[in-house]
Amino acid sequence: MRTSQISNWGNYPLVNSTILNLRSKQELSSVIKSKFDFIARGNGGCYGDSSLSSNIISTLKFNKIIAFDTTTGIISCQSGITFDSLIEFIIPKGWFLPVTPGTKYITLGGAVASDIHGKNHHVEGSFKNHIISIQMLLSSGEIVECSNELNQDLFKATCGGMGLTGIILEVRFKLKKIESAFINEISIKAKNLEEIFSLFEEYKDSMYTVAWIDCLQSGKNLGRSLLMVGEHASANDKSTKRPLQVSKNRQKLRIPFYFPEIVLNRFTVMIFNFLFYHKQLGRVKRSIVSFDKFFYPLDFIKDWNKMYGRRGFVQYQFVLPLGNSKEGLHKILTEIGKSGMGSFLAVLKLFGESDGLINFPMRGYTLALDFPIRKGLFEFLDDLDKIVLQYGGRLYLTKDARMKREVFWNSYPNAREFKRIIEKFNPDFKWRSIQSDRLGISKL
Amino acid sequence: MTVLILGATSDMSVALVKLFAAKGHNLQLAGKDMDQLTGLKSDTELRYNVLVDVLEFNALNYKSHSHFYHNLIVKPDLVILVFGYLGSQQSAIANWEECKKIIETNYVGAVSILNVIANDFEKRGSGTIVGISSVAGERGRMSNYLYGSAKAGFSTYLSGLRNRLHSRGVHVISVKPGFVRTKMTENLALPRLVTTSPERVAELIYKGVMRKTNILYILPIWRIIMLGIKFIPEMIFKRMKL
Repeated sequence: MRTSQISNWGNYPLVNSTILNLRSKQELSSVIKSKFDFIARGNGGCYGDSSLSSNIISTLKFNKIIAFDTTTGIISCQSGITFDSLIEFIIPKGWFLPVTPGTKYITLGGAVASDIHGKNHHVEGSFKNHIISIQMLLSSGEIVECSNELNQDLFKATCGGMGLTGIILEVRFKLKKIESAFINEISIKAKNLEEIFSLFEEYKDSMYTVAWIDCLQSGKNLGRSLLMVGEHASANDKSTKRPLQVSKNRQKLRIPFYFPEIVLNRFTVMIFNFLFYHKQLGRVKRSIVSFDKFFYPLDFIKDWNKMYGRRGFVQYQFVLPLGNSKEGLHKILTEIGKSGMGSFLAVLKLFGESDGLINFPMRGYTLALDFPIRKGLFEFLDDLDKIVLQYGGRLYLTKDARMKREVFWNSYPNAREFKRIIEKFNPDFKWRSIQSDRLGISKL
Repeated sequence: MTVLILGATSDMSVALVKLFAAKGHNLQLAGKDMDQLTGLKSDTELRYNVLVDVLEFNALNYKSHSHFYHNLIVKPDLVILVFGYLGSQQSAIANWEECKKIIETNYVGAVSILNVIANDFEKRGSGTIVGISSVAGERGRMSNYLYGSAKAGFSTYLSGLRNRLHSRGVHVISVKPGFVRTKMTENLALPRLVTTSPERVAELIYKGVMRKTNILYILPIWRIIMLGIKFIPEMIFKRMKL
């Protein structure tokens, strides 16, 4: 075990932790016998303190592929495998992840604990909809299997359960078949919120949809955005001999140091957003792009989080029910515009119906944006929380670093049941995080 | 080629497995933790489409070594001995069990299994043996001499073996790593400039095997560092706090 300063992707908060690297199931008994409490951590792809604690179990070396059925696409892997590593293996064989977030540098365990969603939620749901079973370690020392059929309460509380029910060891899930690693992309300019909403409606049957939205616009340009629509290309679509090839060395750029805070300010961000919106001349542009460029555009810039400086940043992601989305987003975007606290592009997605115990998505619109940490930010976000709650929405725990306890309890309808199940399987809170303490989940 | 790795669950081994499997070689993974080995086997077979066998092997169970080797259905072309035990110098001074474990794992166990393999390789007249020793064996210093002396013994053994087997068409490589970021050194604060990764170690070992190097310092700078250390007169060295 070694102690180091550690933070997740937002570089906030920064904590001192002792890290234990898990390599083998044999090491788990010493974890159980230890008097300390732990939280499991994958690649630290969450933004806040979900996988931070004084004692961390790093799963990065517990990362082997255990089994793969080439006819059904059912794969079984240890929880520390990254999506990056998985993609290298599955794409050449004609398979892809059923759900993927905007970065491939997350682990499978993290994907389950966050119940990640992607650009296809409105068609294919979240990650938990594709899981067949999970093998995990409980605080009793028992290793158990859970699924929709077996130990259902454990399964429901583990998907999106932020690692609080136990250590996820192995996950068995179903991949989706693809013919090509390329995506047929359409990108469409939308002048304002009205237009982007109707575009999302128009393309609601397309597999992948996401909008990049300029949060600094106001008045008739409020909600100016670029919609990206994607479908998996078929084998013949791109004139290339090897449609399923994955190329190495994909990180073209690297941010070598923490930028001084002055670099990212209202002015520079406005310029960036303007250039981004106008990067295509016509209103509609069609192209064929690699899966990497479509799903993981930010991954091309290594350490892009350093652009936010040493103080780091906070990502704020919320969802509003469909009926309130237009009005709610209008109000929130107006507030953000007025505050001048926004940063780069924000991401807008349309979610489909969703169900679950500790479940973030709901039928409606979700907006995710970054806020560099500045004076007044936290108070501003508390005000935004009030608006989100007012419209019946909630925040995504995986992005959260600062939400107040009451906001969580008032916005997640099954929070009490979630806590009850955690207490069933993790009675002494052997598994806890700074986030779970902050939100009052792991306090007795 | 079939490659036998002794101590296959170590971080260096995992990197070696990836490298050799990617080049299409079949693997025999020997170690204590069968669970971890099975995971490594399935991952390697699925990713690289090579044959991987997992075998139970305990460096300290000398009696089993002959049986272990002769039971291999396919005899390896290349053997890489990766297992080792750093232990705690501090507690080993007073605790004989810990001291014994350091000496036996790093020297006695290594000699025991390599004797068996060397005899077989000599008989058939082919093969390569790679032994991972350490720069700690170059000179005994106060912070590390139990581990160091065992490794010193191992280095001398490998050099004698190299001498014996050379005329028989068998090549022996002594690998002497300096600082490597692995499970063994997890609790130590290592100087960044001269510390390397298991992946780099695997790359250099692969190159060494292809080029039939005799003694491989990883990183190469350690050859110079150790030369410097060996040159210090004993009168001065005994007063230092290394």
